[in-house]
Amino acid sequence: MKVAITILAVAALASVPLWLRDPYLLNALITTGIFVIGAMSLNLLLGFTGQLSLGHIAFFGIGAYVSALTSLGFDFGLPGGFRVVHEPWPPILGLVFAILAAGLCGYFVGLLSFRVRGAYFVIVTISFAEVVRLVALNWVELTQGPLALTNIPSIALPLPGFGELTLRTKMQNYYFVLVVALIAYLLIARLVRSHFGRAMRGLMENETLAVSVGIDVTKTLTIAAVISAAIAGAAGSLYAHYIRIIDPEVFAFINTVTMVIMVISGGKGSLAGPVVGGLIFGLLPVALRPVMAPEAQWIAYGGVLMAILFVLPRGIVPSPAQRLSRRRSGAKALALTETGIEERA
Amino acid sequence: MTARSVAMTIEQVAVRFGGLVAISDMSFTVGDGEIVSLIGPNGAGKTTAFNVMTGFLTPSAGRVTYRDTALNGLKPHEIADLGLIRTFQRTSVFPNDTVYDNLLIGLHRQGRVRLLDAILGLPSARASERKLRQRASELIEWVGLERRAHDAAGSLSYGEQRLVGVALALAAEPSMLLLDEPVSGMNASETHRFVELIRSIRDRGITILLVEHDMPMVMTVSDRIVVLNYGRIIAEGTPDVIRNDPAVIEAYLGHGAARA
Repeated sequence: MKVAITILAVAALASVPLWLRDPYLLNALITTGIFVIGAMSLNLLLGFTGQLSLGHIAFFGIGAYVSALTSLGFDFGLPGGFRVVHEPWPPILGLVFAILAAGLCGYFVGLLSFRVRGAYFVIVTISFAEVVRLVALNWVELTQGPLALTNIPSIALPLPGFGELTLRTKMQNYYFVLVVALIAYLLIARLVRSHFGRAMRGLMENETLAVSVGIDVTKTLTIAAVISAAIAGAAGSLYAHYIRIIDPEVFAFINTVTMVIMVISGGKGSLAGPVVGGLIFGLLPVALRPVMAPEAQWIAYGGVLMAILFVLPRGIVPSPAQRLSRRRSGAKALALTETGIEERA
Repeated sequence: MTARSVAMTIEQVAVRFGGLVAISDMSFTVGDGEIVSLIGPNGAGKTTAFNVMTGFLTPSAGRVTYRDTALNGLKPHEIADLGLIRTFQRTSVFPNDTVYDNLLIGLHRQGRVRLLDAILGLPSARASERKLRQRASELIEWVGLERRAHDAAGSLSYGEQRLVGVALALAAEPSMLLLDEPVSGMNASETHRFVELIRSIRDRGITILLVEHDMPMVMTVSDRIVVLNYGRIIAEGTPDVIRNDPAVIEAYLGHGAARA
C-alpha cells in the first residue's frame, strides 16, 4: 500500500515534464524540488532527533559556494604574500566537494553544540549561518561579495562511453533534481529504519533511558548532523549550477524559515512530510502571483500555513509515532489529550 | 555463603550536593551471580548510589570498580557497554513507540552494524536486523507481554511498563542489572510474578542489585541486604540477620520500636 503510493507519486513526478511545457512553471518546480531536498535534510534533524537547526541554510549556502568556486576557479591572497590559485574543475566535482564541505561543517557545528542542546543548538546554528553570510559578503576576493558569483557552469554528467551530458534544458535539470531528491529520500529512509535511526528516536523520546542502554548521545547526534548538512550541501550545489548565479543573500534567514515551514506543515518525523509540505509552500507563491498583489500574496501564504496547522497540528502526513499515539487514545472510551478529556465514539 | 568472585566494589564513595551529604563513606561489594538489595528509608541515598554506579553522577570521593574496571569518569553509555545496565524508578519506556520497537531500541548494543552497510542494505546488516527482531520477540514473550507487543508503550498499565523497562534493560545484555524500585506500585500478584522474573534473570547468570521498599519482597528474593540510612551503611547481611538487627528496626520504625 505504502510502496504503491510511493511508486505512484514518483511516476507522477517523473511524468510532469512530458505534459508541462510552460518553462516558468517547470522552473518553479525545479527550484521547489531543490528546496524540498533541503527540507528533507532539515527533517532528519528536526523530525528524527528533535533538534531545531535555524541556520540550516548555512549548509545549503556553503554547498552552493563551494560548488560554484570549484567549477569557476578562484585566486586569493594569504597574509605573507602567498596566493591560493585554483583552476576551474568540472561542476560534478563541485557537487562532490559541496557534499564533503557541508558535511564537515555539520560535524563541527554538531560537535560544538550537542554538548548543550535545545535552545543552545538553535542559537549556535543561527549564529553559524550569520557568520557564514558575513564571510561570503566580505571576502570579496574569493566570493565577489555582493557582486555575486556569476556564470556558474551547468552540471555536466559524465556518461561512460557517451562523453558528457550537460544539463542545459529545464527538462534535464528537472530529472536531475528528481534523481538527487530520490537518492536523498532513500538515504534518509534507510537511515531512520536502521539501528542508527532507532538510536535517534530513543534519544528524542527518553534520553536518560537511551543512554542507559548504551546509546552514545554525542556520536549519534553528530552523525545525524553530518548527514543532514551533507544533503543540504548537495541541494545548495544543485541550486548554484541551476540558477548559475549566487550572492550572500542565499544565506538569508527567511530561507531557513521556509524550510522549517515545509517540514512542520508537511509533518516532521515522517519521510513524506517535507516532500508534501515542500511542494505546497514551494509552489504556493507561484500559484498566488497571477491572482494577487505582492502584499496580499504573503498574507495568503501565512493564512494557508495557519489553516494547515490549525486543522492538522501534526502536519499533513503525521509521523508513524504520532499515528500510533492517536490510535492509543482511540482505544479507550475516554482519553486524555493535551486539551483535556475527550470523548470517543 | 559460597565463595564468589566479586563483580562490583564500591569503595568509600561519598556524594555531596553543596552542603547536603547524600552519601557519606559507602563501601560494599556485590558478588558475581548474587542478588543484593540496597534498602533504607526515603532519602537514605539509594537512588544516588545507583546514579553513581551507572555514571549518571560523579562521586565527590571514592571509587566504583566493576570487574576490574574503574568506573570513575566513564559516561553512562560507556558503563552500559561494560554490561552494567540499570532500570529507573519512574516509568521508563519510549512512550511513543510500540513495545516491540522499544525493545529494538534497547537492543542497540547488539545491533551495531556499520552505518554504510545499513544504508546500502547489505546482507550482513539485514541478517543483524533479522536477529534483532527475533531477539525482541523472545524478550517480549519472556516478560509475557505478547498481547501488547504492537501497542504504544505509553498506553500500557504501570505494571506492564515496569516489565517493558526490565525487558529493555535485558535487551542491552547486562552482566549485572541494577533495578531501582521495580515493584513499587505493583499489586501482590504482579509483585509475585516479578520475584519469579528476578530469580530467572539471576539463573541466567546475571548479577542483580536491587533498590526496593517492599520489605517482604526484599526478604524473599535477596541473598544479602545492605541497609543505608542518612547516607551511610548501618547494617549488612543475610535477610535473617537484617530482620533482627536493632539498628535497622530503629531506622525504619523509630526509637521506641526497638524495645517493643
